Amino acid sequence: MKNLWDLAGVFAYLSLLTVGGGMAAFPEMKELTVDTYHWLTFPELLHFYSLGQLAPGPNMMMVASIGVVVGHIPGALVALIAFFLPTGLLTFFVGRLWTHLATWRWRPSIQAGLGSVAVGLVLAGAIIMGKGAITGFFFGVISLVVFLLLWRTKINPAYPIVASGLVGMALHYFTAA
Amino acid sequence: MSAAETSPPVPPPSLGKLFWVFLVMGATSLGGGVVAYLRTGLVVRQRWLDDLSFVELLSISQTLPGLNATNMSILVGDRLRGGMGALVATLGMCLPGASLMIAAGFAYGAGGDGPWSKAFLHGIAAGAVGLIVVVLVQLGAKTLKSVADYVFVLLTAAAVAFFKVPVPYALIVAGIVAIWWHRPRDKDVP
Repeated sequence: MKNLWDLAGVFAYLSLLTVGGGMAAFPEMKELTVDTYHWLTFPELLHFYSLGQLAPGPNMMMVASIGVVVGHIPGALVALIAFFLPTGLLTFFVGRLWTHLATWRWRPSIQAGLGSVAVGLVLAGAIIMGKGAITGFFFGVISLVVFLLLWRTKINPAYPIVASGLVGMALHYFTAA
Repeated sequence: MSAAETSPPVPPPSLGKLFWVFLVMGATSLGGGVVAYLRTGLVVRQRWLDDLSFVELLSISQTLPGLNATNMSILVGDRLRGGMGALVATLGMCLPGASLMIAAGFAYGAGGDGPWSKAFLHGIAAGAVGLIVVVLVQLGAKTLKSVADYVFVLLTAAAVAFFKVPVPYALIVAGIVAIWWHRPRDKDVP
């Protein structure tokens, strides 16, 4: 029961950090779920995050997986509600207000200012995730190839991501053999 | 621009229809990039919104905390059918992905974490880093206009990733400085 309250607190807090996308909350998510509460290991967190990129819809549905690990179905529901309700309510009310603020002088300032900070937070998330995921030369090559493919072509991201998984299995085959 | 051009081209849908359309988008928007699916579904196919309102709602979604996909569901649902609309649109958008990731959580606990699936997931994680960097480049190209913007990006990222500054402090301090940097100047006022 205490776990469920912890889950609610952690994910409600994380939800408010998702400025510019879910990745912005990744550094704190690692800190809290791995280092503070020991709900899962860093590789497990990376695995869930990456699987979440393959699931349809919003790309942070992996919070439900962490919820399952901590408290089965109730855990998943608590994690989901905690992660989406606070920002959801904020968006709902500010969204109604925002259209009335179309001519407010500070509105472009807030958009431009928060924009660059948001990119910085996503970059921080990418660095922390990269440190965990790119553990050798070949994993670096996977990241680079996926980056170039997605940057230069219109390919659906699901294909190169699944292909990375298959390459990961091939690497395992050759290193284990 | 006349009123006919700015108002949505078709009458607002029923709550059931709204839920269904978002459920389909929530189930088919594979591989991230939900925004592209949203535009195709809402602007092109259903014609519930025109491009101008779509971009306006998207800019609100990107400024506020929360994920683009859920923020857009809330804003579009609210605009079409009020509070209930926001609720059913968000539920539709989240239901398929959430069900899958709940199943993934159980599968992982039930022996889905053997060496082969770990190797697969490790590969996916490396690929996902490439995906995030692409998102970063695209987000940056749209957002960053001056050298100062790049400085804010690097300072925020370094503070969080290397100096372990908690994200809320970084967000508040860098946010205030960056907003102040972009403060309205008198010359902007006609």
